[in-house]
Amino acid sequence: MEVPILKQGDFLIATFQAALTDEDLLQLQDALVARVGKFRSHGVIVDVTALDVMDSFAARTLRALAHMVRLRGAETVIVGIQPEVAFAMVQLGLSLEGVPTALDLEEGLAQLMKASERKGATFRGR
Amino acid sequence: MSKSNKEVDVKKVTEPVRGETTAALLRELVAHLRQNRTQLRQEWARRITEAKLLTAMSQEEIFAEATAVYDNYVEALETGTFEALQGYARNLSERIIPRGVETHEVVGIVLLLRDVLARSLFAKYQHDFALLNRILDAYEPAANRIANTVAVGFVQERERTIRQQQEAIRELSTPVLQVRERLLILPIIGVIDPQRSRQLTEQLLRGIRTNRAKVVVIDITGVAAMDSNVANGLVQTVEASRLLGATVIVTGLSPEIAQTLVTIGVDLTKMNTVGDLQGGIEEAERLLGVKAVPLSLIEPQTKS
Repeated sequence: MEVPILKQGDFLIATFQAALTDEDLLQLQDALVARVGKFRSHGVIVDVTALDVMDSFAARTLRALAHMVRLRGAETVIVGIQPEVAFAMVQLGLSLEGVPTALDLEEGLAQLMKASERKGATFRGR
Repeated sequence: MSKSNKEVDVKKVTEPVRGETTAALLRELVAHLRQNRTQLRQEWARRITEAKLLTAMSQEEIFAEATAVYDNYVEALETGTFEALQGYARNLSERIIPRGVETHEVVGIVLLLRDVLARSLFAKYQHDFALLNRILDAYEPAANRIANTVAVGFVQERERTIRQQQEAIRELSTPVLQVRERLLILPIIGVIDPQRSRQLTEQLLRGIRTNRAKVVVIDITGVAAMDSNVANGLVQTVEASRLLGATVIVTGLSPEIAQTLVTIGVDLTKMNTVGDLQGGIEEAERLLGVKAVPLSLIEPQTKS
């Protein structure tokens, strides 16, 4: 199942609807990395609220995705990790180091907004 | 349950042991117990009082329970199935445990009933020793199993109660408190074992979710000692909270704990530590972008 990617102003939002296969994840990763350039986005939000389990491949892909997006000049925030999922991930050692996380979509957007304001002030100087 | 069904059950249970004769003997036995129900029941209740068992209960209650147990007992003998008796034993235990009835009392009354019934069988069959022997052969295993079922049921019920209470104590011992909007504190007091550490994490994660917390202060002033397992548990708690978008500040590490942690080499780079709870809350407020200021400092401005 393909993950829909919505463009919301300067940000891209990808919401998982159900558990994804490995191919779907890789496809999502490629699509997001490509679209960040196409839309000149400043931030990406990946919403995993619907996931009740996260395996090592998914965690690794999300981490790689975040780092790739950063290399393309945007920030990624993973939002909506369920408490049980978080606990299981940490026990398995999948702690998504270096990837910003937020409670839900609202928080994630606020976080990206703040980050891009900082960037705007220092780099764009408009 | 229909009559034919019961007979099938009797055969099923007893046939492997002794065949048709045991079933017939048990039927005779049950008929005898039914016939002398009133007298045996009274005898049993009298013996219970005499042995000073079930002192927490009144005479009438003992007699009422004795009647119910007696009927269930006879039924279990008749059908050879113990589900009904098990259910009754559990139900009875539920009622009498809060009143302080002890295990030895429950075992005692069941053994007394066994004794009372055995004596009545002796009295009835004393003229025919061979028949008495066979009757006892049929009666004893069933009676033992019944005694076993009731005692085990009681102990299980007690253990269930104890488990429930332990659970409740554990829940109470790790409160997740909201200090202000988006700021939680989690004071930990006492010994942390792996199970408590896990439960603590679960409770904190749930708290973060429901209170939409951004910062959590975990205060471990009340923790006397810490080993590597507990320390790793704490690191896991911190990481899991971060996955939910909350920053964790750990406060109140005692000098001993700090020394232990450094000596055993736990990786604490991911942990944000502040000396005491006050400092932790101040740091949290800084992260949240709020500041507590004494009213006296802002009042002159508002007045002017």
